[in-house]
Amino acid sequence: MSKLSRRRVLRGMLNGSAVTVALPFLNCFLNSNGTALASGAALPVRYGTWGWGLGMNSGIFVPKKLGAGYDLPEEIAMLAPVREHINLITNTQAFRDNYQNLCHYTGWVISRTGSAPKDNKDIPGETIDVTIANQIGRSTRFKSLTATATGDVRSTYSYDNVNTPNAPEWSPLQFYTRLFGPEFPDPNATTFTPDPHVMARRSVLSGVMGQTKGLMREAGAEDRARLDQYFTGLRHLEQQFQQRLEKPQPIAACHRVQAIDKDPPMGMDADAVALRHKMMTDLLVMAVACDQTRVFNMAYSNASAVTIKPGYEKPHHTDTHEEPVDQKVGYQPNASWFTRRAMESWGYFVDAFAKIKEGDGTLLDNVFICATTDHGYARVHSLDGMPQFTAGRAGGRVKTGLHIDAANTAGTRLGYTALRVMGVDTPSWGVNSNNTSKELGELLA
Amino acid sequence: MSSIISNLAPLRRQRIAQGLRRGATALLAALVVAGCAGSPEPPVAGAPPRLRLITTQQYVNTLSHIFGPSVTLDMKFPPLQRTSGLLENGAARAGVTASQLEQFQRAAAGVATQVVNEGHRSFLIPCKPGDEKTADKACATAFLTRVGRLLHRRALTASEVDMYVGQAGAAADQVKDFYTGLGIALEAMLISPEVLFIVEKGEPDPQRSGKQRLDAYSLASRLSFFLWDAGPDDHILKAAASGELQTPKGRARVVDMMLASPRLKDGMRAFFDDMFAFDDFDTLSKDPTVYPSFTGVTVADAREQTLRTAIDQLIVKNKDYRDLYTTRSTFISPSLAALYNLPAVPGWEPYEFPANSPREGMLTQISFLAVHAHPGRSSPTRRGKALRELLLCQTVPPPPPNVDFSALENPDAHYKTQRERVAVHLKNPTCAGCHKIMDPMGLALENFDGAGRFRATEAGAPIDRSGSLDGKKFADVAGLAQALHDSPALPSCLVSRMYSYGSGGPTAPSDRPLLQYLNTSFAAQGYKIHDLLRTIALGTAFSQVTRSKKGPVPADDKADGTPPPRTQQTTLNLH
Repeated sequence: MSKLSRRRVLRGMLNGSAVTVALPFLNCFLNSNGTALASGAALPVRYGTWGWGLGMNSGIFVPKKLGAGYDLPEEIAMLAPVREHINLITNTQAFRDNYQNLCHYTGWVISRTGSAPKDNKDIPGETIDVTIANQIGRSTRFKSLTATATGDVRSTYSYDNVNTPNAPEWSPLQFYTRLFGPEFPDPNATTFTPDPHVMARRSVLSGVMGQTKGLMREAGAEDRARLDQYFTGLRHLEQQFQQRLEKPQPIAACHRVQAIDKDPPMGMDADAVALRHKMMTDLLVMAVACDQTRVFNMAYSNASAVTIKPGYEKPHHTDTHEEPVDQKVGYQPNASWFTRRAMESWGYFVDAFAKIKEGDGTLLDNVFICATTDHGYARVHSLDGMPQFTAGRAGGRVKTGLHIDAANTAGTRLGYTALRVMGVDTPSWGVNSNNTSKELGELLA
Repeated sequence: MSSIISNLAPLRRQRIAQGLRRGATALLAALVVAGCAGSPEPPVAGAPPRLRLITTQQYVNTLSHIFGPSVTLDMKFPPLQRTSGLLENGAARAGVTASQLEQFQRAAAGVATQVVNEGHRSFLIPCKPGDEKTADKACATAFLTRVGRLLHRRALTASEVDMYVGQAGAAADQVKDFYTGLGIALEAMLISPEVLFIVEKGEPDPQRSGKQRLDAYSLASRLSFFLWDAGPDDHILKAAASGELQTPKGRARVVDMMLASPRLKDGMRAFFDDMFAFDDFDTLSKDPTVYPSFTGVTVADAREQTLRTAIDQLIVKNKDYRDLYTTRSTFISPSLAALYNLPAVPGWEPYEFPANSPREGMLTQISFLAVHAHPGRSSPTRRGKALRELLLCQTVPPPPPNVDFSALENPDAHYKTQRERVAVHLKNPTCAGCHKIMDPMGLALENFDGAGRFRATEAGAPIDRSGSLDGKKFADVAGLAQALHDSPALPSCLVSRMYSYGSGGPTAPSDRPLLQYLNTSFAAQGYKIHDLLRTIALGTAFSQVTRSKKGPVPADDKADGTPPPRTQQTTLNLH
């Protein structure tokens, strides 16, 4: 089999009528200890992002103790079960340079692109997940997957460029169908039936590509770039078809998730958001476990989060500005209530990866997730004191369980660290004051 | 006569041509109107031909026109980015990610599979193959040539026909089924860049030396997506192919045909849905503990109510655009009846609010009131901002980051009404600058809560409904409606949005003389949408383009995955 390529065998089969090929789960598909893919390659390291809006209340969020074994103040107390899986970086700063502090925008755009936006329509470059997907995401069924818990197709922190957001999956039902519907290439299926229609579909794409090239020759510079992006999409589509013609390698961690036959109720109340977040997370985690993608994004909320607390008239964003600080406790109680709900979902997200066994450890051991927000203290739109999290050990490249004080240095250090961890060879990341070539060395193994 | 007409200014030319058709009385009236307009259509700098990404609704409408109602078109692609007030303006800048293309492909496969299945092939495919188990070049050619012309919005070239027919044949031989092969070729066609993008091309304008105009097929598409929100039909394509569309008389005939078509309603629904930013309805929800009767059905019906009202008033009855903001005529559905506190109705019914009702005009419909409010309460600020930005095309600056909320945060304060709460903004000079241009209009709508229901009091306190708009004071919402109706910015905003929407991109500062010309003619024509659409569609500016700005062609034109260069967003405020 190793001498005769799988593709040649399947093509031979497809020249006749469609056949079903029994491909048993053979030991030869696994290495001896389950720490590598059947090909012998190490388990892949994946990259993910998680985004939430409206920062935190430093007095009840920032631990007193640095390093390992840090304390968990009340606003992050719910992270206790995952504390050893995450790092908390506090006291980072986003530099706006000569541009305005665009409320609920400048902060997250700098975190994700390394550059300050000039106005609230500006995305000054591709987001970091796109950079990493271009590095590690080309061989999987999906170059990256983006989801949101808001139910809003506009809620995304991922952009190819200013004109091309990566629209998130917002419906659990649609996300399930896309991932695990009829086109799901179950790597552990005992039989494999190559679909002759897929080969025909793949073949006709060459004609579409030819049309695209023809248009590109006639288009102006900007439109040519857009068509170029479309052409790249065609290439990826072609690759998807090709993958469907080949029996995927078995993956022990991969299991088909329970079918979703209807969407949960719409709405922005915190419970509805949490449920949607849970459903999207479960799908996303299994998509990663099944090696459908190696780059993923989850938006718990928009930067100007509109999550609501049932019976309370102010949504989260409005509340951060209008709720008085309770002098007895020293913070805005309802604003903190919203942040705590966000942190509960962050804890769920991390734990969902930790629950999946992969090789000798867990899926979380082989991912690196960066979580960012838009402000430090949202009430005053601060761009300093901004918190960040990481989760996962990136295949052993990253330590966890640490609280790191960034000492008011650029938050882009996390992005630069992520690029290095994920193998993107760059001497620095970020623009102007946000440019850095200094990793968060404390968390590197 | 025709040579005399051709030497006149476009508006006069249109009017005279219209008059010739409608008789001497109409001719006289047209000349008077043209005289009121006072000047010919001013020249514009123009923009390069555009490459616009098709929207979900445009794709659906086009496919629906080609394949009919029996094909299910259940698809929703990611929305465009709102640019200079319109989603449609984002179409000329939008890229397509791999994920989006995957969605297009899935939708295309779904459509193609239906078209060739046993339930549809007998009436959607104009021929039968000699043998269903193998390729049939003649039948494939007949089908793909006809459908390809409508999807590409131009006649296919011989090599394109060969390519598609070849694909159908190869696939049919591969899977041993003619119809499956045909479906796979159709699927490829449905994701062709010339189908997913609306591709415009320019050509020298023979009437104006040194200038460029859209070629006939590009003009056909621009007109069709403008007026019908769908690709051109056989009739329009024939007019393009024959050259008729490039003559003033032929273009007028086609435009008049399009304006008289029922498809105009689809086109204008799409326009108003975009202009009113009704995409916000896609995610609208209310706190069920505060507004238990505001359900998902309410959300859909509130959007539908305003669109029905706008189409009925402006397209069916051809009324003054400004009256949309004072009319008491609307439509009511069962779910809306509960919120409006009206007797139950069996389905959608026309309804006239009585003269003593506080409901007067679009601002008092649940669509405007509920979208521009918080999930659990009303918001004079949001309503005022929406009025400024959506209806008057004005820009309200974002709040400064260093706002001092200390007054609002006074824990001892007890504000019963929204008026008291927003008054705090006005005490702070930093806030007052912007809130003064939003809150006074929004406060006049305080008789309506966050779900759009009427209320006489708030927290037991009577509601003060007074307000002002640009210096014009009023005592209640009827006064606000009239002030808005009379605001010169109201029709000029529509004109700007309409021209921008039709020509496929944001207006530029150099378009100001043209917009002023359109404003003048819109006023002279009694603020009728039909006339405005006609003036725009027949204007020289609508079809004028500049040469494409071509950059250096890469040595290897194969895409290599390099991200596109950053492009600049244009944000203009002409008012």
